[in-house]
Amino acid sequence: MVSADEDISAADAPTIVELSADDVLRARTEAVANAGLGRKAEHLLEVRDLSTHFFTPDGVVQAVDDVTFDLGYGETLGLVGESGCGKSVTALSIARLVPDPPGRIVSGSILFDGIDVLKLSTDDMRKLRGKEIGFIFQDPLTSLNPTLTIGYQIGEAIKEHMGLSSKAAQERITELLAKVGIPRPKDRLNDYPFQFSGGMRQRVMIAIALSCDPKLLLADEPTTALDVTIQAQILELIQRLSSEFGTAVLMITHDLGIAAGMCDRVNVMYAGRIVETGTVDTLFENPRMPYAWGLLDSLPRIDDVRGDRLRTIEGMPPLLIAPPKACRFAPRCDYARDVCVSSEPELTQREEPQHLARCWATEPGGWIG
Amino acid sequence: MATNTTVVGTRVAKPKTAAGPWREAAGRLFKNKLAIVGLVIVILFLFCGIFGPFLAPWPYQVQDLPAVFANGNRPLPPLSPNHILGTDQLGRDLLSRLLDGARISVTVAFVVQAVIILIGVPVGAVAGWFGGRTDNALMRLTDVIYAFPDLLFIILLSVAFRETAFGQALDGLFLVFVAIGLVGWVTVARLTRGQMLSLKETEFVEAAKAIGVSDRKIVTRHMLPNGMGPIIVAVTLGIPVAILAEATLAFIGIGVQPPRASWGSLIAEGQKFIRSEPHLVLFPAIFIALALIGFTFLGDGLRDALDPKLKGKQ
Repeated sequence: MVSADEDISAADAPTIVELSADDVLRARTEAVANAGLGRKAEHLLEVRDLSTHFFTPDGVVQAVDDVTFDLGYGETLGLVGESGCGKSVTALSIARLVPDPPGRIVSGSILFDGIDVLKLSTDDMRKLRGKEIGFIFQDPLTSLNPTLTIGYQIGEAIKEHMGLSSKAAQERITELLAKVGIPRPKDRLNDYPFQFSGGMRQRVMIAIALSCDPKLLLADEPTTALDVTIQAQILELIQRLSSEFGTAVLMITHDLGIAAGMCDRVNVMYAGRIVETGTVDTLFENPRMPYAWGLLDSLPRIDDVRGDRLRTIEGMPPLLIAPPKACRFAPRCDYARDVCVSSEPELTQREEPQHLARCWATEPGGWIG
Repeated sequence: MATNTTVVGTRVAKPKTAAGPWREAAGRLFKNKLAIVGLVIVILFLFCGIFGPFLAPWPYQVQDLPAVFANGNRPLPPLSPNHILGTDQLGRDLLSRLLDGARISVTVAFVVQAVIILIGVPVGAVAGWFGGRTDNALMRLTDVIYAFPDLLFIILLSVAFRETAFGQALDGLFLVFVAIGLVGWVTVARLTRGQMLSLKETEFVEAAKAIGVSDRKIVTRHMLPNGMGPIIVAVTLGIPVAILAEATLAFIGIGVQPPRASWGSLIAEGQKFIRSEPHLVLFPAIFIALALIGFTFLGDGLRDALDPKLKGKQ
């Protein structure tokens, strides 16, 4: 049975309530305030100098190199960049899911709600995963186990972490399915993944990720495998549920449109490093790093009527085996000068207080004003 | 719409949902004619094995001496009165002895596979899951056992333990089960390991890790059920091998001891009269062949049903 379900509009799904932008904003502010109530630290997530390397036969790949950022309680932070620039590895490092071997977190610290994640025992880490940290993977078609029912898979984390009676767990599973907008949830608990379409499965993945009210949701390109209409629904769902639960979201995407629409702040990553960070408004209005310009420039625009080719950034991201002490974007940068290839710029502040960029050209006194 | 129409309809009953991938595989199995033939033979075989003594016209050890005397001290031929398949030289009813042999073969078929699963699956799962040194050590062990000549190992074991309590258990059959199982688990272990290695890389296993499912549950609930198909096929196809191994051992006099009769020992006894009384060899041989064919057909059908992508490739 293949269900033709994608056409559930908001009207069919009984649980989706239309909220005005103001409502969402208010709910969000409240949730963020609530989320901070039990806080043990200033930020929910404090990543400091994180380096994750992969030890391959060809050499050490520095997939994530000296990455530092904060994520506030209830905040949504975007992590954007091309393929292979370390976004996913950053998320996997936070959940300590980097496949070892060949990967290993070689230095840095990750404070999650005041706990140093990297110092936890394997078992304590397991208890944190799913309970405090939810994870949504890229491809919903392969992330669900084909031999287990939907109900079982959603209940797994609940049974593992919450110690509910099986009846209470059952109720919670049904409630979650309804929350993610699956019609007639009770009837579908015993269905298998093959009876769900791609969009429905991603809804199920979201239900699994949020099943234990996590404080943090790591969403690794949650909509890349879905078509555009479904994308919008899934993003709306993540946004609505995260503000309802007060969950902070680390949104990994290569789609700047998604970042602009969903995030409070954005980190731009390139070649394993954060090259620019700022609030969505400053970053999109006044990007201070040629790579970010390139990314913005390569977005197709609806008002672009001339029928031009899509613009791209020439070249490829560098191999991350023994990167030179230089700006890693320099080989592809139209504005590069000698200094860019002879020394590496630091992440320094720009006009706005929270706006940092790693670029010689836009530093005070640089050649781009 | 201009006119205000009311559409009245009853809600369509939800179709009974299929019980997942296993039921689909069963559907494919039942469409395969050869597999059905195999299944029928296997069911008959099991039936004979379980209810044989109740079906048998005579107890397997009873000698109908008057009939043999009347026949000039020679085995009775098939279709004799009271002995539909004839008797051996001692006047024991051949059909009854074959049915008792079926019981031994059924026990061999299942106990040996149980030994194989109990050793092979855990060894393969541990090797595949942990990888590294554990994997290396376990796989070298399986290599050693794989390289050892099976029959020689079984014979040595049987001879060495024949006089002990262990060797006498279950009329000497227990030893045979263990010996055949001990050389048979390597294939299943390797297969399980391979399945685990490929399943370890799947996203749903990573997703299960990401919600904090314990390692034990990931292996038993997520990985093994997904890797079960080829293991089931291997085990089914291993049954005829085990039956044949037991028959071979019985033929050379290892395993079950007289007056009990295994199909292999029946052939061994019958071969003395193969010129004059070929039925004494023929019927046990037919029984062995049928059992082997049944399990092989069923195993092939299972392989096609459990992994449709493989169909026609082997």
